[in-house]
Amino acid sequence: MNAKLKKALSIAVIILGVVAVIVALIMDFARSENPMRGTLLIIGMVMVLTGFYFMPSKNHKKIIDILFLFPLLFAFTVTVLIPFVFGVFYSLTDWNGIKFENFVGFQNYITMFTSNDYMYSVLITFIFSLINIVLVNVIAFSLALLCTSKVKGKNYYRAAFFVPNLIGGIVLGYVWQFIFNKVFTVIVPDSLSMLTDPNLALLAIIIVSSWQYSGYIMMIYVTGLQGVPKDVLEASAVDGADKLTTLFRIKMPLIANTFTVCIFLTLINSFKQFDLNLAITNGAPSRILNGVSIYSTELLALNIYKTAITKNQYALGQTKAVVFFIILAIISLTQVAISKKREVEM
Amino acid sequence: MKVQSVTNTQKVAIEEIPSGRKKAGIFVLEVLAIILVLLFLFPFFLVVINSAKESAGIIISPLALPERWGQMFTNMNNVIHNQNFNYWKSFFNSVFITIVSLTLLSLFSSMAAWVLVRNKTGWSNFIFMTLVAAMIIPFQVVMLPLLSTFRELSEFTGIRMLSSYKGLIFAYIGFGGSMSVFIFHGFIKTIPYELEEAALIDGCTPESTFFRILFPLLKPIQVTVLILNGVWIWNDFLLPSLMLGLNGKIKTLPIAVTSFVGSYVKQWDLILTAALLAMLPIIVLFIFAQKQIIRGMVEGAIK
Repeated sequence: MNAKLKKALSIAVIILGVVAVIVALIMDFARSENPMRGTLLIIGMVMVLTGFYFMPSKNHKKIIDILFLFPLLFAFTVTVLIPFVFGVFYSLTDWNGIKFENFVGFQNYITMFTSNDYMYSVLITFIFSLINIVLVNVIAFSLALLCTSKVKGKNYYRAAFFVPNLIGGIVLGYVWQFIFNKVFTVIVPDSLSMLTDPNLALLAIIIVSSWQYSGYIMMIYVTGLQGVPKDVLEASAVDGADKLTTLFRIKMPLIANTFTVCIFLTLINSFKQFDLNLAITNGAPSRILNGVSIYSTELLALNIYKTAITKNQYALGQTKAVVFFIILAIISLTQVAISKKREVEM
Repeated sequence: MKVQSVTNTQKVAIEEIPSGRKKAGIFVLEVLAIILVLLFLFPFFLVVINSAKESAGIIISPLALPERWGQMFTNMNNVIHNQNFNYWKSFFNSVFITIVSLTLLSLFSSMAAWVLVRNKTGWSNFIFMTLVAAMIIPFQVVMLPLLSTFRELSEFTGIRMLSSYKGLIFAYIGFGGSMSVFIFHGFIKTIPYELEEAALIDGCTPESTFFRILFPLLKPIQVTVLILNGVWIWNDFLLPSLMLGLNGKIKTLPIAVTSFVGSYVKQWDLILTAALLAMLPIIVLFIFAQKQIIRGMVEGAIK
């Protein structure tokens, strides 16, 4: 009897919920301006879900599975999947951020690849990433060696090197803009700010980016180095290997996987660099290339943002973003392939 | 057994009395480490000393110690009550958005990961693979269509998605979801199913099996997920700047700093004070939970 009552109640709740959802949707389609329609829709959906939850059923396990998956997959679909599919599609149209009128095929891609500023951004993003990867990894690995040696107070050093990584690129970017413009010009008297020279400005972003990121990569190297078995190190010491030999012949080959992880993490992070770029230079200063003035430190992510948001060319910005995605996907897949290959070899 | 203990004591003896050369070497390393730490923290030092100066003092000597530290409170007072910065409001906005997003994200993604691990069907595999593949999608490729999707959704249903807390939190659940599920998935796989089976046989419902048996076991990995997503959400600039606008009603701390810098160009005394105030909460948190934060961020990267 109780089970029957429960079932009847649950079904009633589900029906009420469905009715609420339908009423809300009718209002939506009728372009009603009633402010309650959104609330009604949510209440209706919640009622349907709770109704199913309380309904006694042989398939209770299945219902729970669906209810458990629903919230996350719903958010994921609405925020990632749908925009992604639309995004690829919009890159083939004359979309203006709100609607599109014509299907233009690969016109946006042609415009993009023939525009100076974009190709320049691609070039400096590659240069930036390359230098950044080398710098970050050399600094991080050296710091990791220092922090796993016999010095006292290692934990404090680790924490100190790690701190810059906790603070957002925007805030750090403004701080460093101050340092480049007001402090370095005082330390080196009569010098111009680094941020006024196209090449030095890029170097400035590299400096800050390495400073911010190497503490993090250092911690990953520390974890790797701590995983080197003690007996192997003892054996090499007994065999009379000096410190450098141990480092190059034993430690480094043993943590080869850590190197792969760190290099790819830095690569992806450098490629996506946006916050520091925006806060330190915002693309400035300009540089003359083929008789045209372009922003000299506009990395890809900033170039995409400015094309769409500042210049209001949404379709072109979206096209650049799709290519950006393809480059990153190739990088990530390469990493997976390399890691897999190494696992097989081991 | 005995042989081993002998070698151990010998080793300890060697380590306790390092030769003179070794000692000198370690001393050099220690000095080097301290110099490097000072170099790494120098920008923070500059922020602190210069937020205790007036604008003119900074331009003349940015490296000098401030004449009176009291100026810092004057600056802070100016910044905190500034219309564009509105420190306390932005701070609590950031706290609110971060905490609610983290709570829902870790709850929903552990629930989803559990279902995906315990159901070995084609569907669950497909969903998991989609989530993993989506991890390589950079934010830039979805940000523009996301805005139009959210705008249309708001117009259609009347639920405000842009310039609202719920829209932003919803977006964080969507964006953080794939990686969180991936991390939970890896962890739940290692938990033996027998535990849940026993509970089910004893008459426990599937949902209370999850909340009473499995959820408490997830604690170590929860910390990783919370920290990884927490640092990201707290510092995130691009998503809230697009969804809330730089001068909208709701501002998170990074947005408030940007909006403040935009309206007080080159007023370094105020800008640096604002930066200091924006950094302070996370540095304080780091001092108290150093170990967990470092561990969480590193573990998240390796997985």
